[in-house]
Amino acid sequence: MSRKLLDLWVGVFVALGVASLLFLALKVGNLATANFSETYPLTANFVNIGGLKVRAPVKSAGVVVGRVGDIRFDPETYEAVVTFNIDGRYRFPKDTFALILTSGLLGEQYVGLDPGGDEAMLKAGEVIAKTQSAVVLEKLISQFMFNKASEGSSEK
Amino acid sequence: MADDRQDSGAIVSAVASLGHRVNEALLRLGFATRFFLMLLIWSGQSFRRFNLTIREVYFSGFQSLLIIMVSGLFIGMVLGMQGYETLQRYGSADALGVLVALSLVRELGPVVAALLFASRAGSSITAEIGLMKATEQLTAMDMMAVNPIARVVAPRFWGGVISMPLLAALFSATGVFGGYLIGVVFIGVDEGAFWSQMQASVDFRYDIWSGIVKSFVFGIAVSLIAVFEGYDAVPTAEGVSSSIKGTVVKSALAILALDFVLTSFMFREA
Repeated sequence: MSRKLLDLWVGVFVALGVASLLFLALKVGNLATANFSETYPLTANFVNIGGLKVRAPVKSAGVVVGRVGDIRFDPETYEAVVTFNIDGRYRFPKDTFALILTSGLLGEQYVGLDPGGDEAMLKAGEVIAKTQSAVVLEKLISQFMFNKASEGSSEK
Repeated sequence: MADDRQDSGAIVSAVASLGHRVNEALLRLGFATRFFLMLLIWSGQSFRRFNLTIREVYFSGFQSLLIIMVSGLFIGMVLGMQGYETLQRYGSADALGVLVALSLVRELGPVVAALLFASRAGSSITAEIGLMKATEQLTAMDMMAVNPIARVVAPRFWGGVISMPLLAALFSATGVFGGYLIGVVFIGVDEGAFWSQMQASVDFRYDIWSGIVKSFVFGIAVSLIAVFEGYDAVPTAEGVSSSIKGTVVKSALAILALDFVLTSFMFREA
């Protein structure tokens, strides 16, 4: 086979390979949509994070604005310290509320940010003061059962 | 008494043959390491005639395209069918795209593509080099002051290393397309949910990049095993056939073992 034809076919092969890599990166992966070039960290303390994982999304009004970067346990306060990497384009007020929510009934857990009305904005590395822990289903059910039981006994 | 002596003789010979085999295996391992270093050293010289490597990319990469793409398509279609079957029981058929894409990009793409590559291209490289050795072409090259490692071995090795990540990416891409074909076109999963959930869960650096690194490592392992088995073949018809068998078996074992090691490094949940 002549060298020109060989080069042509190898060129076709490499082009196909690179095209499929691009397809994987842009269409299958999130390189185009959720690539936060510049992020800044925020931390928040939670009493209970439930099943929150590193890399879980941080959403505000349902839009992904960042990802959970790190989860640690504070041995002094016995609380979970969660660090978020927030997209540099977005700023949040000082009195923003951080909640741990679940997408759907059994879906993955994510962090929701409810912005407050404060004029001052959170700076990089600052701590979100107001948090709400994850809802633990067992606790909810046992509370419900307990209430039901006490209702039943008071009626008698 | 005579029986006893015979028994102990059998044990001694069994131990001796075991020791002989271990010795031989260590010897081969040492030679393989030396061979790999020589290969790297002589690569510079072989890159000066890069069209040799391009030729090998054609033979091992381009000619594997058909089998890689067809297998990828079918594996993606099977994943789509089986995934849908299980997911719809829990009412989360929308997550089909995530299942297909993640299992292909992280594991199946690199591993199955490498297994196919080992049996399609690796075995033919071994056969070629082994036969060259059996017909004393390698010795003849040496006599003419042409280094057989630079002329024959290095281009085949680098051809395989270059082809492997591209083939794995093609495999994953056609697999995702196969999953799309079954999931969206035939079964009727919502198209928007299929792609958007996939994009939300597949991370470029975490998932796709790890897959590329994996396939690159597999490419090095498979190509090295293939060229070494050929170069080290016993120069007879039987010897060449047994080194081809060795290439396929050892490549498969190396791919699966390396995959386990790499996965446990890459995908550790915090």
